[in-house]
Amino acid sequence: MIKLEGGFVANLGKVYGLYTLGFLGFVILMGILEAAGVENTIIGWMFVAFTVAIYALIGILSRTMESDQYYVAGREVPAVYNGMATAADWMSGASFIAMAGGIYLKGYPYMAFLVGWTGGYVLVASLIAPYLRKFGAYTVPDFIGTRYGGNLARFCAVFILVIASFTYVTAQINGTGTVASRALQIPFELGVWIGLAGILFCSMLGGMRAVTWTQVAQYIVLIIAYIIPVFWMSNKLGYGLIPHIAQFEAVGRVQELEAQLGIGALMPTAEAQAAAGKLAALKVGINDASDSFMEKWKFFTLVLCMMAGTASLPHVLMRYFTTDSVRNARKSVGWSLLFICGLYLTAPALATFTKLSLLDPNVATSIIGKSFSEVSNLEWIQQWSNVGFLKVIDGNGDGIVQINEFFMRGDIVVLATPEMAGLPYVISGLVAAGGLAAAMSTADGLLLAIANALSHDLYYKIIDPKADTKTRLIVARIMLVLIGAAGAFVASLKLTSILGAVAWAFCFANSGLFFPLVLGVWWKRANRAGAIAGMVGGFGAGTWYLYMVQFAGMTPWMGIDGLRFGMIGMPVSLILMVVVSLMTEEPDAETQKMVDEIRIPSGKVVSGN
Amino acid sequence: MSSKKEQHWSKTRSLTFTVLAVWAVIAFVIHWVGDGLNSPAFPGAYFMAGMGSQIAFAVLVFWFASRQNKIDEEFGLEEK
Repeated sequence: MIKLEGGFVANLGKVYGLYTLGFLGFVILMGILEAAGVENTIIGWMFVAFTVAIYALIGILSRTMESDQYYVAGREVPAVYNGMATAADWMSGASFIAMAGGIYLKGYPYMAFLVGWTGGYVLVASLIAPYLRKFGAYTVPDFIGTRYGGNLARFCAVFILVIASFTYVTAQINGTGTVASRALQIPFELGVWIGLAGILFCSMLGGMRAVTWTQVAQYIVLIIAYIIPVFWMSNKLGYGLIPHIAQFEAVGRVQELEAQLGIGALMPTAEAQAAAGKLAALKVGINDASDSFMEKWKFFTLVLCMMAGTASLPHVLMRYFTTDSVRNARKSVGWSLLFICGLYLTAPALATFTKLSLLDPNVATSIIGKSFSEVSNLEWIQQWSNVGFLKVIDGNGDGIVQINEFFMRGDIVVLATPEMAGLPYVISGLVAAGGLAAAMSTADGLLLAIANALSHDLYYKIIDPKADTKTRLIVARIMLVLIGAAGAFVASLKLTSILGAVAWAFCFANSGLFFPLVLGVWWKRANRAGAIAGMVGGFGAGTWYLYMVQFAGMTPWMGIDGLRFGMIGMPVSLILMVVVSLMTEEPDAETQKMVDEIRIPSGKVVSGN
Repeated sequence: MSSKKEQHWSKTRSLTFTVLAVWAVIAFVIHWVGDGLNSPAFPGAYFMAGMGSQIAFAVLVFWFASRQNKIDEEFGLEEK
């Protein structure tokens, strides 16, 4: 593979086609082993070991000591494969593990994440990615630093990148820990460190090049793992072959059941909720789009924050630095979105069919309305109660499980669905491998974004501009290990739930980076003082607001809570950037000429890299 | 700056504004009236958030990419 590098890129279809067939063959083999009586734990181990070994192998084969390869994968990744890699980079443990559970528990308002996390790519394609590709940066702060000039602007961008990505990466390492500990039956903390070892293996030797090709492999695993159970359930429940079409009829049935079972009316008793702690009962309908202004506003603000965050998160933007042309960078955004839709179109169907499996009295696997003793004896109920993911509490003492007596963590909709719906264990192993792939691929991208910013922007551009390539790449790897270890350490403290931390990362990024990036391309008059004011002011205001709402007990203003603090940071950033830019001198002729160059696809890359 | 580049940029800019206008409708307007899309016959709000908007975004990005390519070619500023 190393010697046939040109040959490798030319033969991608064949390589990944074989890989996909090989993986499907492995799944079938595991199914056969299960039927032959091999224990579940061993099958779980095999799934994790086999997939992680492949990612590590790709990582090792892609090792490099060239800076172009290490930072931007040699700028030769075809649009389709970059789209696949971006989709894996993008779809985190939160998308894979928590998304369907969120839709299950919170219904339509939660689907704002689906709209925000897809629509953000329109901003990426039209406002930022092609221009950054033409600029030819190695990192996102590289663009900010060169466009606005000066070490201070570069440093501010590095700082915001590190805070946003680090918040995000701890959530991912947490995700790998959750999945690994479940699949391998090991303690969470150990799962975290094993996950980290796998992640570092994929990224350390080959940087962006290695991460690109492992992410493609991880996308294939995660999408297969996500989709198969949903197809299976849709057919098993008799709603139709294609779950994406069948789900709309299923929603109708769920709504009938909601009226029957008193969902939205029957609330958990205070004692039961206290005993359940953070676990939640189902309290809202699946499709209750509210007509209240406040609910609409909350949907709108969440969509906006997630979109602007998408367009300012460095680990996503830097994926478009690796395409072979500006034209393909644009096209690649479209492919990314299509591959992402592969999962996001499936998540609501998964939530809906899981609801039917649990609630519909006509379905054998349902638990609502059954006797308390029968439900507590179910194997999956026992297993997941033991790890604190669910709890059945007989609030009214009638011995029957009602909807307000079943408490769960959203994550189990994905992780436990195969067992809930009575599918063979091999599907659970597959889902574990998928969740691991999703969390690892995002962690890879994030760790690389942080380490590259520290090594390229902080070390090379600010501290030691004379460093040779070898030193730079060694520094990059040391950073990778240090940041990874720090992330694993913080993750093992279990500070926030997976999704809380993810939404924070988006708001950190959009508060500090969105306008400096967009205006850097679209407004020539934007200058250094304005950009610094925009970054510091926006990020500062957003962070202050998050602190006040989340930790200092302030009542959220206009429903803007900790998930949406970009609604405070972004306007502050925009206003400061415009006002300060206009109050100070316009950028010099050379900078303006550079902006003109960025705006046209033809010609050489603008940066010196 | 030559006027060829100026014209290229002005066309690029108006394409981008068009894209953003369509984007805003799909992302914000439709979901603002989400409750009005639901009917007993079809879960319209659920459909738009779970499928309709997502597919529309993907189509929009591909359409943008091909229009932008045409603009680049029209002024001879595409990559050779």
